[in-house]
Amino acid sequence: MIAGRRGALVGAALLALGLVLPFLPGVYIIFAIDLVCFALVAMALDVLLGFTRLLSFGHALFWGGSGYVATILIAHGITSFPLALLAAVAYAFVLSALVGAISVRRSGIYFTMITLGIAEIQYFLAYQLIDLTGGDNGLTVATRGTFFGLSLEDDHVYYYLVLAVTAIATALAVRIVTSPYGAALAAMRENETRAKSLGYDTDRLKLAAFVFSGTLAGLAGALYAIANRLSGLDGVDWHTSGAIIMMTILGGIGTIYGPMVGAGVFQSLDYFVSKTPIGDKTNIVMGLVFAIVILIARRGIVGEILHHLSARAPRLVEDEDDPDLLVPDISAETA
Amino acid sequence: MTPDYLLIQIFNGLVNGGFYALLALGLSIIFGMLRIVNFAHGVMYMLGAFVAYYGAQLLHLPFFAALIVAPILVGAFGLGIEVTLLRRLYGLDPLYNLLLTFALVLVIEDLMRLAAGALGSPYQAPDILSGATNLGFTVYPTYRLFVIVVCLIVCAAVYVGIERSRLGARIRAATEKPELTRAFGINTSRLVSGTFAFGAALAAFAGVLAAPNTNVAPNMGDSIIINTFAIVVIGGLGSILGSIVAGFALGVIAAVGAVLYPPISNTLIFIVMVLVILFRPAGLFGTPERSA
Repeated sequence: MIAGRRGALVGAALLALGLVLPFLPGVYIIFAIDLVCFALVAMALDVLLGFTRLLSFGHALFWGGSGYVATILIAHGITSFPLALLAAVAYAFVLSALVGAISVRRSGIYFTMITLGIAEIQYFLAYQLIDLTGGDNGLTVATRGTFFGLSLEDDHVYYYLVLAVTAIATALAVRIVTSPYGAALAAMRENETRAKSLGYDTDRLKLAAFVFSGTLAGLAGALYAIANRLSGLDGVDWHTSGAIIMMTILGGIGTIYGPMVGAGVFQSLDYFVSKTPIGDKTNIVMGLVFAIVILIARRGIVGEILHHLSARAPRLVEDEDDPDLLVPDISAETA
Repeated sequence: MTPDYLLIQIFNGLVNGGFYALLALGLSIIFGMLRIVNFAHGVMYMLGAFVAYYGAQLLHLPFFAALIVAPILVGAFGLGIEVTLLRRLYGLDPLYNLLLTFALVLVIEDLMRLAAGALGSPYQAPDILSGATNLGFTVYPTYRLFVIVVCLIVCAAVYVGIERSRLGARIRAATEKPELTRAFGINTSRLVSGTFAFGAALAAFAGVLAAPNTNVAPNMGDSIIINTFAIVVIGGLGSILGSIVAGFALGVIAAVGAVLYPPISNTLIFIVMVLVILFRPAGLFGTPERSA
C-alpha cells in the first residue's frame, strides 16, 4: 500500500486534499494548520508503532518539548523561523537518541512505561521552570518569526509552509519504510528472533526508528507551537501522548498515510462534538470511538479499507490466531 | 531544617505512600492475573471518592459505611467492565487492553465532569477522626494517622490473604500457570473477573480514604495513577510485596526529597523508575522471567 502506484496515488490524493483544505466550506484556517501538525505527529508515531510494535506513551515529550524550545527561543528574540525550528528539531533529535538508548532494549509494557515516565519528568520540569516556560500559564510569544525575510504572520502563508514541510517529511518516511532498512524493520516486527539470527542488530534498528519518529514528532510540535504562538503544559501532558496514539490507531497503524487520515478525522470529530451541548467534554465521544476501534476495528480506518479491498489477496493472518501480532498483517500488500 | 520537620515530612510521606501502596497493590494483582496495565485504576479511585461524596450529600451515608459501600459498588462496576469489554481482548497483545482502559478513562472522567462539574468539592472527615494527636515531637492531624494505620492493615491483610489462603493459592497458581490451573478443574475465568473486581474495589477504598484529604474531583485519579504505574514498575510488575514496599518507600522518598531539594519532589519517582528499569528490569521484588 505504501510503496508502488497505489501508495503514490494515496499520497497524491492526501496532498491534493491538503492543498484545498483551507478553501473547503466551514474550514477555519487555524484549524487546518493544527490538523496538518497533528497529521505529521501521528505519522511520526506510526513509524515507531507500526514498524517496530513499540508503543510510546511519551511522544508528548518531543511534541511539547520542541514546542517549548521554539517558543522560548522566539521569546528571547531569536525571530528567525528556520533557526527556532532547527533548534527545536535538534532538541527532539538529541532527546530521542537519549531516551531511545535507554528504552528500546525493553519491550512491551516496560518500553511503554519508560517513555511515559520520562515524559512525566519533562512535564514537571516545564511546570516548575516558570521563568523559562511560564509554568501553568504557558508561554505566549508575539510573532511566528520570519522565514528568510518573509513574514509568517499570515495564516495562509504559514499553512502552506507547514503543508510543504509535512509533505517532505512524509515522503521521507515513505522512502525509509520502503527501503532495505524498512524491510529489515518489517522482518524484525514479524519475528525478532529470526531477524537477530540473520545478523540484524535489532536494538539499533529500533533505536533508529525511535530517533526518526521522535525527531519528526518534535518537528510537528514546534510547527504547532509556533502556529499558535503558544506553548503550554497541555502539550507535554500524558493525555497528549494518548491523543497521538488514538489518532494513529484510528487511522490504521503501519500504513503511514492512515494515521494522517486518523488525525484529520480525530480533529474534525473533536471539533464537531465541541459544538454540541456536551461542550468541552469531547472525550466522552472520542474515548467511545477509540474503544470501538480497539474492540472491533483494530486495523483502523485505512487499514480496514485496505483489508476489504484486498479480498482477492491470499487470506491474511487473523490477529486472534496470533497473540503476538499487534499489527494486523498488511505488509503483504506493500508489494 | 530541624529533625522534627524531617520527621513530619516522613509522616506526610507515609500518608501518600499508603495511597500509593493501596493503588499499586490492586494494579499489581490485576497485572499478575490479567497481564493488563490498567489505566482505569485511577478512575476507580476517583469513583470511590465520589460514592462517598454523593452518599454523604444525598443519603447521609457515614464515612465508615462509605468505606464498605464504595468498594462494593465500584468492584461491581469493575466486574462489569471485565466481563463486557476487557475479556474480548485476551489473547491479543496486552497493549490493546491498556489502550482500552485508557479510552475508559477519557469517557468516565468526562462523564463525571458533565455530572459533577470539573472543580470538585470538599468532603468532611468524621468527627472522631478530626482534630490532631500529640505524637511527642509534633501535633499531627488524627485523620492522617488513621490513613497510615488503615493502609498498613489493609495491605498486610491482602498480602497474607494471597500468600496464605486457599483462594490466594489458586490466584497465584492461575497467575503463574493459567493452563495447568485450568487443567486441575479450577475456573480461572471466574478468578480473573474476581481479581479485576477486587483490584477496582481496593482502588475505590483508597478513593474513600483520600476524600477527606483532598478535593473530590473528576481528575483526582489523573496524576496519582501515573505515579502508581511508576511505583508498580519499581516494585516489580505483578509483585504484591514489591508494590506495598515500593508504595510506602517512594511516598517517603518523595516527601523527604521535597525537603532537601523542592524542585525534584515530583520527578523523583520517575527518576527512580528509569534507574530501576535500567539496572534491575524486573523491579526490586520481581522475578526476572517476568521481565520482557
